[in-house]
Amino acid sequence: MSTPIALTYVGFFVMAAVALAGGFIAVGARNILRAAIGLILALVGVAGIYFVLEAEFVAVVQILIYVGAISILILFAVMLTRGLMKRDLPAQNAQWIAAVFISLLLFAALLYVAISTNWRAVETKVAGDLIPKIGTELMTTYLLPFEAVSLLLLAALVGAIVIARE
Amino acid sequence: MLDRYGIVALFAFMAVLFPAIPLVFSWVIRPKKPNKSKRSTYECGLEFEDFPEEAQHVWVQFRVQYFLYALIFVVFDVEVVYLYPWAVAYNTLGLFALVEMIIFLGILVLALAYAWRKGLLEWT
Amino acid sequence: MDFINNIFTNSYEWIVYWIHSLLAGLNLAKDFENALVAAIMVFLVIIVILLWMVLMVLILIWLERKNAARIQDRVGPNRVGPWGLLQPVADTLKMFIKEDIVPENADRFVHTIAPMIVMMPAVLMFAVIPWGKGMFPVDLNIGILWIVAVASIGTIGVFLGGYGSNNKYSLLGGMRAVAQMVSYEIPQVLTIVPIVLMVGSMSLVKINEAQSGWAGMQWFVFAIPVGPIAFVIYYLSALAEVGRTPFDLPEGESEIVAGYMTEYSGMKWALFYLAEYFNFFIVCTIAATLFLGGWNGPILPGYVWFIGKVYALVLLGMWIRMTWPRFRVDQLMNFAWKVLVPIALVNIVLAGLALPLLKYFGFSV
Repeated sequence: MSTPIALTYVGFFVMAAVALAGGFIAVGARNILRAAIGLILALVGVAGIYFVLEAEFVAVVQILIYVGAISILILFAVMLTRGLMKRDLPAQNAQWIAAVFISLLLFAALLYVAISTNWRAVETKVAGDLIPKIGTELMTTYLLPFEAVSLLLLAALVGAIVIARE
Repeated sequence: MLDRYGIVALFAFMAVLFPAIPLVFSWVIRPKKPNKSKRSTYECGLEFEDFPEEAQHVWVQFRVQYFLYALIFVVFDVEVVYLYPWAVAYNTLGLFALVEMIIFLGILVLALAYAWRKGLLEWT
Repeated sequence: MDFINNIFTNSYEWIVYWIHSLLAGLNLAKDFENALVAAIMVFLVIIVILLWMVLMVLILIWLERKNAARIQDRVGPNRVGPWGLLQPVADTLKMFIKEDIVPENADRFVHTIAPMIVMMPAVLMFAVIPWGKGMFPVDLNIGILWIVAVASIGTIGVFLGGYGSNNKYSLLGGMRAVAQMVSYEIPQVLTIVPIVLMVGSMSLVKINEAQSGWAGMQWFVFAIPVGPIAFVIYYLSALAEVGRTPFDLPEGESEIVAGYMTEYSGMKWALFYLAEYFNFFIVCTIAATLFLGGWNGPILPGYVWFIGKVYALVLLGMWIRMTWPRFRVDQLMNFAWKVLVPIALVNIVLAGLALPLLKYFGFSV
């Protein structure tokens, strides 16, 4: 296997490990702030995977929005919970058996789908710069979703403000 | 393109290492003599332990204002994400792209105006 | 002339050639050898940039204190070395040997990683900045967006710093600092859009190249009316984002003690302080690249022009710090959302409308 391809594999596994570690910390940490940090780590891992997939614009948007903005939102929201200064939250609640069972079921289902699908590698590499293409597509093919997004943002802002004020 | 991101990955690795190395170096050579008053938090000269038990757990009356600023930041951040590809492709697109973007920006200016009118941008 | 202009790129090529000749004896596969040489060169470049930046920050600290002194009609540090030039060195040594006091009940882990998270973006941003023609570590297609995205990671570090100290004042300072940084990020990001519009690319190298007309003086700040407005808004919001006076309420030296940095001492505090100067320097380099033409300029080599422009902006920032009084927190927020954001949005529409006119003057690609 040539060096560039080997490095791609290395990159993917490292980033996937980071994302998984973040996920484990987010789920398993006792202190809710540490869980939030785990979530941030998972988001960074996902951004890394986007980079490995050569989707640079999506990766940088992931960092900008998720790690830069939504993480702050989550941290602020965590601050709203009074239980912050207490160190340990209980790690298990009464329904943990059912939760484990359902998680295993879901995992088995996803594994089956992942193994039995005939994944076709994308043969056609998009030539040249992707970003002007994204821009052009936004303005032509996907114009309606684009304008709809602005309405969605307006609705989200108004809704969140109404809720937060109560 | 991947080789470029290999370089970025190396930068990221060094970015984690660069603060870590002086921290470790300093940990090796600095004195470690903790005592009660050093470890107490800065409280303008009062001794923390003299406070009643309830006051020793710190929380700040969290004002929703901080959360609202972060919220409106998220909304505008997403808007910015759409502005950049538009700006890159603008040269090849022509005037109708400008009109479409003005509609997009207009709706978001409405959002800002709503927040402004509702007094959400006031600090107090 | 050409030799001086290209001295750094040529040295790079010589070192690559030298390493290849060293490795020739090992008979490695071509692929692997190239990758290995590339990796070694990247490490070298990173180390050079980091050492250079540490030197820059030492100079900046000295400049700041001397300037502050002179503007306030006093002398400034003059004991440690001639003209106090070794003062920053003494400060650095002091930071290494100070005891690291972690308050009890504070989250030790968070207390330690907060300064690291604040420092990381500062280093990552140097991956894309071109110091001269052909002098950049990497030319990303998403250049300026990378810088914007990475800069937004710093806010998390500030928040964790405020939280991890178990101190009311730190927490308050941290949240205020985050609210301020976050509010000024939007005007900063919005003003970059007209520049990207005019160049048609987000790559910093292409932005530099687009300003090379008029014998190297076709800088975007001269692209009236879009350029100067964008430059002023960018510079002000960048100063506010970095946290320098008159926007330094989070550190408010006379108000909230030292804000989110209150409980930090020794090396961790040094990292916060260092990160602040790194960020200030980076913001000036970005402003120089986007608006003042980067390494473009007649006669002198590119890297000389670049450093000159950056230092001009740095000195401007220091001058502003020494003369303007501090904003109140509500004035701060109002200024960002009610003044800067609307002007930036209007500027974008203006840029879109004025593009044919600017093209006529040769401004656009």
